[in-house]
Amino acid sequence: MELAVLLKQVPDLAEELEIDASGTDLEREWMTLVTNEFDDYALEEALQLRDEAGGSVTCLALDTGSADELLATCLAKGADRAIKVGSFERQPDSHTAARAFATALGRVPHDLVLTGVQAIDDLDGQVGPLVAAELDLPHVSVVTHIAIGPGGRAATVNQEYAGGVVAELEVDLPAVLGVQTSRVTPRYAPVSRVRQLMKTAEMGHVEAPTDGGSGLVVEAMALPQTGAGAEMLGGGADAVADRLVAILRERGLLKA
Amino acid sequence: MSNDILVLVEHRDGVVAESAHELLGRARQLAGSSGGEAVAVVFGSGIDALAGQLGAASRVLTVDDPSLAQPTPAAYQAALVAILRERQPLLALVPNSGIGMDVAAGASAATGLPLAAYATAVEVDGGAPRVTCRIYGGKIDATVRFRDGRGIATVVTGAFPAAAGQVAGSPPVERVALPAADSRVRFVALHRPEAGDVDITREAILVSVGRGIGEQENLEIVGELAGALGGAVSSSRPIVDSGWLPRTRQVGKSGLRVKPKLYLALGISGAPEHLEGMRDAELIVAVNTDPRAPIFGVAHYGATVDLLDLVPALTRRLAG
Repeated sequence: MELAVLLKQVPDLAEELEIDASGTDLEREWMTLVTNEFDDYALEEALQLRDEAGGSVTCLALDTGSADELLATCLAKGADRAIKVGSFERQPDSHTAARAFATALGRVPHDLVLTGVQAIDDLDGQVGPLVAAELDLPHVSVVTHIAIGPGGRAATVNQEYAGGVVAELEVDLPAVLGVQTSRVTPRYAPVSRVRQLMKTAEMGHVEAPTDGGSGLVVEAMALPQTGAGAEMLGGGADAVADRLVAILRERGLLKA
Repeated sequence: MSNDILVLVEHRDGVVAESAHELLGRARQLAGSSGGEAVAVVFGSGIDALAGQLGAASRVLTVDDPSLAQPTPAAYQAALVAILRERQPLLALVPNSGIGMDVAAGASAATGLPLAAYATAVEVDGGAPRVTCRIYGGKIDATVRFRDGRGIATVVTGAFPAAAGQVAGSPPVERVALPAADSRVRFVALHRPEAGDVDITREAILVSVGRGIGEQENLEIVGELAGALGGAVSSSRPIVDSGWLPRTRQVGKSGLRVKPKLYLALGISGAPEHLEGMRDAELIVAVNTDPRAPIFGVAHYGATVDLLDLVPALTRRLAG
């Protein structure tokens, strides 16, 4: 079973996001990037499937200048190969990313392509279904369970709907799956091992188109206008607890 | 080409989803500005009767075939692509659900129509749509237009009031032929959740925990607080994914929608997927150490104290 995993980095939401001078993009100069958490689930699921069914895991990331750390982390976790795709100044929109990944997958054997179901920055849609459309492969998103069928010709997957309802679907391989969560918490890669692999690991590189665009014109980016927002209760835990008890009592929400 | 506003209608067991009313209500208003019609698009098997629930639409387009009895991504996408190509609407509104996410991006790639994802507001201005998308975990709003003035938007649940789409009437149904069948994804079974120990949709008070709880052991003091309040413990998705609480306790897009009298959110940042499930609670109190957490945008009261200090302090006052 040849498994390909598509990964990217996104801004770290633990840091404050700022809008740049143009008013249409984030200020990116000092931005901290982290691996898209759903891509991490996709990688974990790929590693689990390989360990069950054999084969290999190839991780692909667009070459945005910081892909080395991302891909070295994949190798440290046990991926068999890492490939940088194209050459980008920064993470492009999903449509452009999907075209680049689709081109790269033309040169990477794949029975199953896994990627995160979504990312916090996919303004123009999710990469998984876009790649599937580019390659004319079947696709399922919001996947939580993957089992490879006999002979590797099809996979059975669970797709989550609202309210805890789950559809069990069978999909012909090769296919693209958007992973919602992995069967176990994604494994950890020691930083020292990642650093070492960044220096020593051999990473492949595949040329890919960098143009295309999303067809969207961003007029503005801004912090959300959320109306009045919460009335913030100041002071320490005891002061807040006193206020909350008073508020709940006033509203008749406390037991007698 | 038309100035119509299309809405992809989700339905199950003969009932259209609330998202259909939300989107059709807005589509009807937008069609007034665009000079087109609000058109409901329904895929399924034996679905003519659903038109009676879609009174907000001027017309209902159906692709009615036994192979569509259960939604599958490939078949739904093929059907949507065929309709988008033939009808060339000004805008197609798709719910940002599992099914919507399956079909919208693929339809965008297949038709060349751009896609604006995670929409929370849609208007027609100067004859063309303008969409506001809530991205970066709810921390940024991007306002976008489509390059050629036409496109697709996936819309977050709860973005528009459902009431505007709950209009009496049974619009005319127009059947559209099934495009070449795509059976590469096949429906096997639908699994409904087992009844849990607690039905969080019926609880008046929910004490809900997110990643900020830190360790599983800390659930114990949260349980004590819920007990002192006479409520139940619920959570955001990561807590359930970690196996710390059963899936029946999950609030949000892939969990349950709750409307308690009190929703006490502890260590929940308030990603859009979570807000979908709880924003209609009567009183929302949020505790999160990040003062910019989106949860404070929907909360009535907020505090940035450490929840591990606040929770026992509250329990002491309630129990004593």
